[in-house]
Amino acid sequence: MPRRTDIKKIMVIGSGPIVIGQAAEFDYAGTQCCLSLKEEGYEVILVNSNPATIMTDPNIADKIYMEPLDLEHVAKIIRYERPDGLIASMGGQTGLNLGMQLAKKGILDECGVELLGIKADTIDKAEDRELFKELCISIGEPVIESEIANNLDEIFKAAHDIGYPVILRPAFTLGGTGGGFAENDEELLPLAKNALKLSPVSQVLVEKSIKGYKEIEFEMMRDKNDTVIAICSMENIDPVGVHTGDSIVLAPVQTLTLKEFAMLKESAVKLMRALDLEGGCNIQFALDPYSFKYYLIEVNPRVSRSSALASKASGFPIARVSSKIAVGLTLDEIRIAATVASFEPTIDYVVCKFPRFPFDKFQDANRKLSTQMKATGEVMSIGRTIEESLLKSVRSLENKVDHLELASLKDKSLDELFDFIKKETDERIYGICEALRKGADIDDLYDITKIDRLFLRNLNNIVEMEKEIKDNPKNVEVLYEAKKMGFSDSYIARTWGISYVDVYKIRKENNIYPVYKKVDTCGAEYPSEVPYLYSTYEHENESIRSDRKKIVVLGSGPIRIGQGVEFDYTTVHAIWGIQEAGYEAIIINCNPETVSTDYTVSDKLYFEPLTFEDVMNVIDHEQPEGVVVALGGQTAINLADKLAAQNIKIFGTQADAIDVAEDRQLFEEAMNDINIPMPKGYGVYSVEEAVKAANEIGYPVLVRPSFVLGGRMMHIVYDEKVLKSKVKEAVAFDNEHPILVDKYVFGQECEVDAICDGEDVFIPGIMEHIERTGVHSGDSMSVYPPYSLSENAKKTIVDYTNRIGIKLKMIGLFNIQFIVDKSDNVSIIEVNPRSSRTVPFLAKSTDTPIANIATKVMLGAKLKDLGYVGLNKTRKRWYVKTPTFSFTKLTGLDVVLSPEMKSTGEAIGYDYSLNRALYKSLKASNTRVANYGTILATIADADKDQALPLIRRFYKLGFNIEATSGTAQFLRKNGIKTRSKKKISEGSEEILDSIRKGYVTYVINTSTEGITQNIDGKLIRRAAIDNNVTVFTCLDTVKVLLDVLEEITMGISVIDKE
Amino acid sequence: MNNKKLVLETGEVFLGKGFGANTERVAELVYNTAVVGYQEAFSDPSNLEYIMVMGYPVIGSYGLTDEDYESNELTISGLVVREYSKYPSNFRYTHELDERMDENGVPGISGLDTRELVRIINEKGSMRAMIANIDTPTEECLKKIKEYSVPKDVVAKISTKKVWYSRTVNYKYTIACIDLGLKKSLIAMLKDLGCNVVVLPYNANIEQILKYKPNGLFISDGPSNPYDIDNVIETINTLKGKMPILGVGLGQEIIELAYGAKLYKQKVGHNGCNIPVRNLKTNKIEITSQNDQYAVDVESLKKTELKPTHQNVIDGIITGVEDSKNKVIAVQFNPAPTSDDEYVFKRFINLIGGKKNA
Repeated sequence: MPRRTDIKKIMVIGSGPIVIGQAAEFDYAGTQCCLSLKEEGYEVILVNSNPATIMTDPNIADKIYMEPLDLEHVAKIIRYERPDGLIASMGGQTGLNLGMQLAKKGILDECGVELLGIKADTIDKAEDRELFKELCISIGEPVIESEIANNLDEIFKAAHDIGYPVILRPAFTLGGTGGGFAENDEELLPLAKNALKLSPVSQVLVEKSIKGYKEIEFEMMRDKNDTVIAICSMENIDPVGVHTGDSIVLAPVQTLTLKEFAMLKESAVKLMRALDLEGGCNIQFALDPYSFKYYLIEVNPRVSRSSALASKASGFPIARVSSKIAVGLTLDEIRIAATVASFEPTIDYVVCKFPRFPFDKFQDANRKLSTQMKATGEVMSIGRTIEESLLKSVRSLENKVDHLELASLKDKSLDELFDFIKKETDERIYGICEALRKGADIDDLYDITKIDRLFLRNLNNIVEMEKEIKDNPKNVEVLYEAKKMGFSDSYIARTWGISYVDVYKIRKENNIYPVYKKVDTCGAEYPSEVPYLYSTYEHENESIRSDRKKIVVLGSGPIRIGQGVEFDYTTVHAIWGIQEAGYEAIIINCNPETVSTDYTVSDKLYFEPLTFEDVMNVIDHEQPEGVVVALGGQTAINLADKLAAQNIKIFGTQADAIDVAEDRQLFEEAMNDINIPMPKGYGVYSVEEAVKAANEIGYPVLVRPSFVLGGRMMHIVYDEKVLKSKVKEAVAFDNEHPILVDKYVFGQECEVDAICDGEDVFIPGIMEHIERTGVHSGDSMSVYPPYSLSENAKKTIVDYTNRIGIKLKMIGLFNIQFIVDKSDNVSIIEVNPRSSRTVPFLAKSTDTPIANIATKVMLGAKLKDLGYVGLNKTRKRWYVKTPTFSFTKLTGLDVVLSPEMKSTGEAIGYDYSLNRALYKSLKASNTRVANYGTILATIADADKDQALPLIRRFYKLGFNIEATSGTAQFLRKNGIKTRSKKKISEGSEEILDSIRKGYVTYVINTSTEGITQNIDGKLIRRAAIDNNVTVFTCLDTVKVLLDVLEEITMGISVIDKE
Repeated sequence: MNNKKLVLETGEVFLGKGFGANTERVAELVYNTAVVGYQEAFSDPSNLEYIMVMGYPVIGSYGLTDEDYESNELTISGLVVREYSKYPSNFRYTHELDERMDENGVPGISGLDTRELVRIINEKGSMRAMIANIDTPTEECLKKIKEYSVPKDVVAKISTKKVWYSRTVNYKYTIACIDLGLKKSLIAMLKDLGCNVVVLPYNANIEQILKYKPNGLFISDGPSNPYDIDNVIETINTLKGKMPILGVGLGQEIIELAYGAKLYKQKVGHNGCNIPVRNLKTNKIEITSQNDQYAVDVESLKKTELKPTHQNVIDGIITGVEDSKNKVIAVQFNPAPTSDDEYVFKRFINLIGGKKNA
């Protein structure tokens, strides 16, 4: 059946800003969807508010609306555009929910829009817990028994009906707080009492506990012809109890016999048919390890993180095929790689997905893994054995770990390790390996972890090989066996007491190189030219080097705080730019969620860790002209030195120039040379030096390590005591590079992204931040063009940018952050010799292909010839970037804005009026914009004068004001009616109760970091986040919010006074 | 360390570590791309006289389970894997793969680039190969390979020697099954559909078959060249029209021969569980499991009473035929209890029951 001809125009909804659980995978899916629809000749209208995406690039869709993803705005677009069809299943839960709202509110009917792909009825059945349960029961498929209980008696009755062990989940609490497992009545009683107390509606879900069951996933696909195929099966190493997004996952399944496999697959097929689902679907099962008993845990009738993983793991482009099915094609009509889409992919390798957690940045967050996902990103690796795949993925994580080994666990005894493992943190697998090293028994480890013995055996094989390596220094045969098992050069080097370059040399001398195998969906059954490769130490190399000139691009690895999807955006642009310049573009990356690892994007994709050895192996094989590192974020930049040392050409800014930008002393000298002022500061290596430096500069000072991204460990410090502790932390983190101690200057922060070709500089635009200095630029709202800078300041910024670009020998993109103080003095905070996270936002706001220009410049083009020199013409609209945070997912984390970046994503809003642009941007970032309710204020003494006019404005808008005693007293004195609440430190829960009751709209809490450990503030902020109340910790953001609220709110006044 | 080698007919040699039986063996080299289900493949009688290369690199992880065999023992001649996983983990496992291979005299070799082998077989076609000790001279191996040909009596070897029964309570029909290399799971499916099954040796004559008053005749899959088993052709021609007949795998090939069609040996057969087949009646795609070396010549099929019912989506090979007048149906693929093609058996039963729209 050919594609539908009764529809011409199709609207696609994206997933909006990135939050934990909804990341780059939807850029990958959305991009594929738009392109595959265009390929079929449809007009594609895209809505997505996330600027840092490839899908919102001009050549992906015909029309792009970067408007807030809410009913109001999307309905408006539908009414204006009148598409024939809508695809909602590419935008994650956000897209699906929005599609459902549009259907239920009658907007689709009103405008004659058909929901394509997954039908509304199907979505309801899959997403609504009760309907899903009914459906499963009707087709005889087992779901987990559960009952809702409203009091102690009901809880006990439910527990007895269902049978122990049970799990309790209090209703309407975020992040699953207050739940727990009970094995018997005694354990149930305290748990039940607590759960009832914590639920705002005193309601608890009692559910059968299947903790310890195997977690198995299937990615399924069905078309209107009722053909159903299983694209990929996956088995979680971490059994049920840990969110699949936080689990280490292998594909295909490893421990199932055909009987179990066929049983689950049949269930999945049955479910696809019962749901009448046309398109891709993710189905999760829990399987009893000791019987054929299984449960359906979850069905996601849309593309998902798992479907992105399955696509990359199998080579089968799920989003592309789903989109084609949505417009009427059937699986046998769709061609992919080596076969047709109705061929069930088969795999002849082992894929491992390893989650990337933000705990390196968020040290106070609770690391225990549970059913609430905490990972910000993930890596995938491909090998021919489980061990190889696991070890490759560990070194892909860029956690300063190159092996399943953590220094922090080395000194622990076996007992301590068992306690550690029982805590079920993200580091559990490292604990297991350490325990195995110390002789732990596999059965004992199985008992406490329920991780399948096969996987524990795999880990033990790795530990045994470690001994082999240790006992045979520089033995070439052992080296080959170790490489075959996936060991990194750097681990072997450490064990042998030599450098990783030495190991690389030994390999080179003995011709120990990996070969590259294809990911072709058919296990080599049919010949294919799929340019999708992974390394392994075997016999046949399938990667045939072409005789074209080629350039390698390094991707940005896993998504983490500070290095998100924006660097994949620039990576993809680098690929396109290289291709336009006539070269073959080769990409190396290890992130399965991204567009850059879609093998149709580049000429060749190597799915490999971004480490020196893995990159060098590819380079040795491909013999490229050189490597582009400047667009892959800090990951790629960090490799520049090491590659340059091997005489590999780095396109763009050279490694020594990068050093000047990142080395404190060299940078200061360079700035002195060109007379550009910067806050006084020093690079130090010890606490003593830091104290001396701070005394000379004068407090407050800004402390941070160099060579990091996202303001990791950056702090504003007001006294020596805190300084000492912060510097100690920073030295422990990195003793190779200096710690920077700078004078903290208070002022307006702004930044530029610019391109330099060595002779000229091009500045696409200047962005001005809303929040003051001291809030990380990634966490600030940012406005283009500047809204408050004087012409003079702008001129100075342009002038400095020009001078810095030329002086520092920048070739390609660089980013500079400035402070403009009250007297209009401009000084430099830092220069980043690479693409920054604002590039996509600025490219979209200025309608300038920044990354493309930069790539061409890196390859040798001149800005003059490209027609881009000086400051770009300023545009007429206002463009505002607002960060999004994932605080609700990270329990225990303090949510105060600081120099350390905490946001996970961003949204854009634009309009001819600044306030409207701000409004849209806030809406798009899911910030609550409500013009009524209660403000709960706790203001630090230093901020009280600044806060007063703001609180007064809330008061005038009709908000109730509640405040802690000190703040309340101050407000009342100034004529604002305020309800006073006792402080938590006074032993009162009044404030927390206010927050829990749900009537507080905003919490405004300022505290000065570092002066005292403000426990109250932290508790208040956390309580607010846990109850879904918006928190502001910076008064600048509050001011903007008020500007917006006043704009959208009709005021009231008496008739006789004007 | 390496102690075994795999020598191909074409002269290539691959070194690896031995497991299973410590013997040497020559046989036809085939590959299997299935990710799960090695036990069923290794004990499938159709795989007799095959050295099997597994496309999926890690084999052995869930061991072997007594109740999952497709026949009484492992049937393959040899096994080639990338990685033998020697500590199985599954609640039902009763033996390690290695253990049973040793008992059944099946040599294995691990550590080879099995993907390369799959590519070689695809490029050069099916070939013979030998698993040998590392110090056996390669010339000697090649000589042995040259001398080897697939024995013509494989079916005689694997087929049951005497009649046996699979009975079920409240049975509706009796099916006579000609065992050319029967898989246990197929009998179980017939049983689940309410049939008593009488399993007969491959050379059973008409009288012997009719003695059991069967309502239908089932011709199983099996190894070997379909041209080598002519007495079954006679059985089909005699019973055609008297009762519904179902052929599977080798059974289909023989039915095609009985109707006068010609078969040819494919360059590389099918050996996997993910092969899409179009049902020509409904136009639906079904994902099937296949295990074959021979295919029917389309032109010769046109001259017979058989009409194609199924076709491979990728290479266009006819994988199902029927003679609706005489109620004869045959499929190349192996209907599995939980797969798309399960209806084949139901259809057979419906034909027996005389249902019209079967």
